[in-house]
Amino acid sequence: MKFTTLLTSAAMALGLATGAMAEDKTKVGFVYVGPVGDGGWTYEHNKGRLAVEEHFGDKVETVFVESVPEGPDAERVMTQMALEGADLIFTTSFGYMDPTINVAKKFPDVKFEHATGYKTADNVSVYSARFYEGRAVQGHIAGNMTKSNIIGYIGSYPIPEVIRGINSAYIHAKKVNPDVEFKIVWAYTWFDPAKEADAATVLIEQGADVILQHTDSTAPQAAAQEAGNVVTFGQASDMSEYAPFPRVSSIIDDWAPYYIARTQAVMDGTWESANTWDGIREGMVAIGEITDAVPADVKEEALALKAAMAAGEYHPFTGPIKKQDGSDWLAEGETADDGTLAGMNFYVEGLEGEIPQ
Amino acid sequence: MIVLEKRPQPSKAWSYATPVVAVLATMVFGGILFAILGKNPVEAIGTIFWEPLFGEFAFYYRPQLLVKGAPLVLIAIGLSLGFRAGIWNIGAEGQYIMGAIFGAAAGLAFYPLDAFYIFPIMVIAGAFGGWLWAMIPAFLKVRFGTNEILVSLMLVYVAEQMLASVSLGLLKNPEGFGFPGSRNLQSYESAHNAELIAGSGMHWGVVTALIAVIFAYVLLNRHMLGFHIRLTGEAPRAAKFAGVNPARLILFCLGLSGALAGLAGMFEVSGPSGVVSIDFNVGYGFTAIIVAFLGRLHPVGILLAGGLMALTYIGGEIAQSQLGLPAAAIQVFQGMLLFFLLAFDLLTNYRIRAARSEVA
Repeated sequence: MKFTTLLTSAAMALGLATGAMAEDKTKVGFVYVGPVGDGGWTYEHNKGRLAVEEHFGDKVETVFVESVPEGPDAERVMTQMALEGADLIFTTSFGYMDPTINVAKKFPDVKFEHATGYKTADNVSVYSARFYEGRAVQGHIAGNMTKSNIIGYIGSYPIPEVIRGINSAYIHAKKVNPDVEFKIVWAYTWFDPAKEADAATVLIEQGADVILQHTDSTAPQAAAQEAGNVVTFGQASDMSEYAPFPRVSSIIDDWAPYYIARTQAVMDGTWESANTWDGIREGMVAIGEITDAVPADVKEEALALKAAMAAGEYHPFTGPIKKQDGSDWLAEGETADDGTLAGMNFYVEGLEGEIPQ
Repeated sequence: MIVLEKRPQPSKAWSYATPVVAVLATMVFGGILFAILGKNPVEAIGTIFWEPLFGEFAFYYRPQLLVKGAPLVLIAIGLSLGFRAGIWNIGAEGQYIMGAIFGAAAGLAFYPLDAFYIFPIMVIAGAFGGWLWAMIPAFLKVRFGTNEILVSLMLVYVAEQMLASVSLGLLKNPEGFGFPGSRNLQSYESAHNAELIAGSGMHWGVVTALIAVIFAYVLLNRHMLGFHIRLTGEAPRAAKFAGVNPARLILFCLGLSGALAGLAGMFEVSGPSGVVSIDFNVGYGFTAIIVAFLGRLHPVGILLAGGLMALTYIGGEIAQSQLGLPAAAIQVFQGMLLFFLLAFDLLTNYRIRAARSEVA
């Protein structure tokens, strides 16, 4: 086959080049979708990178490239890192999936770790966090805090990860407040402060007094602060500069332990392709401080919910749960399996609107 | 005191010298910027301009220059024809997207059939998609006198929504576990715009860009239509007397630039990118405007400018990972290039002279 011969010849040419570059320092590369100063998603990944540097000191060298578009540009950036002798490369956005697989084929000796994707290979692992556990806590607080009973949700892209978050937040908001209604706006971006601020403003104008976001910047926080009486939650990072109000809590992605462990595995030669999906229990998802703007009893319940998930006693998707169209999904006491969650493309009963198709 | 004095004739020498001077000034001021950021300016500039061409891994970067430069050149050539005639197509990004959607859709419609005619059909479909999208501002301008700048620009955002829609629906990969994005055309051989020689970066888009350069050169210098385009831009009244039909010229220029942008999108989606996804477009259509002006709207100039722009992109990425320069600094650096170009362009039409101080 033409395509495979092309790949093998390229792999040989490139493989030879890297072999000659062996160094004693372990080189770890990071590809970021936003700027490291986004205050959210990329900021936390970069914190993970800094933790790797701090943990290993002289034994490790890290490099990163920020604001890399998802597509051929990402492929070039990864290739460049591999050429320059990276031993391990973390590609930290869903859209880097195919580029990661492509580059990994050409560099069989370099290990790749792709965040939030589903394609693996001998030298490609995928990892993600169970953000939906954090969403459960968030939904619980949001359902209690809303007075207008309208919760606004800024979605990034209608992919399973985001839909999972919406469902989880909705289920838990509804539990404490049966009248609650979700309004969802799709921003079609991970990071665009202007678009995110617009989305927040639109939701606030439609009566939302709680805003949840699945985008990476702090722009919605700023919009809520301006509006004055709107509650928000930090997304991906603590965003504590907006505490104690409007930001009343947050979901924090803590990648540092994972990055350190995987770097260690490369150093020890024990790295293997894996599919990691960790949550509150493992510490990959953390709940940022719940401020005093939240009533004490609500805070207590939220922390209890978090503790139950940390202990493995509670799963956010526990039946009975119906799908939006009224069909049964989970029976009484049944919990969702990871396969369904990973490809979730439906809303649960009660959510309005359609997932964009 | 210094004053600006209008030249009776635009200076030919300056018109050729400006791009070079602009690049040099960008290097100097970019270097100062990098120095302020605490990086060695010589090393940074060297990395950006030298590494991709002659560095250790030039064998990889040189082909990448073609991959990155080809869509820029292809789009800029189309735009330059219109710009010369004073027809401002600002929406090449949208036409690029539509070309990619049409091209990919045409290919995926045949999936998994293996046949030689699929790729040519995709090429035609891609060009048609871009042409169609450009015909909207063209038709509205000819028929109702609307402003093509606004219409074409606004249609970019419409095209982005269409892109999101097809990524999530019409063209979504049925084996993609519900994730947005089409099948990867790279793994569908009949639709794959593969490198013609492995490792060379030469794909059909690069070839087409080179053909477009030659075609545009011949058109502008040897053909009546090219003469009309130049005449309309330089002396609209004379053009009228020469019998130029403005409506036909608008339709031609917008249509051609749309078709070329559509081709660029189609070659990108079937080759380097492979996937129709929500984030498919990365701004080639807008950057091509800079390339067109940096190349003085001249086909050969555009070829060089496209190469230079590609160089700053790839060199910029290398500088980021090797020297830890922030991405924003690279963008400022690229912005400087256009800024200095426009600033020095003044010298083509004006000369600087020390004014005598008048004695009262």
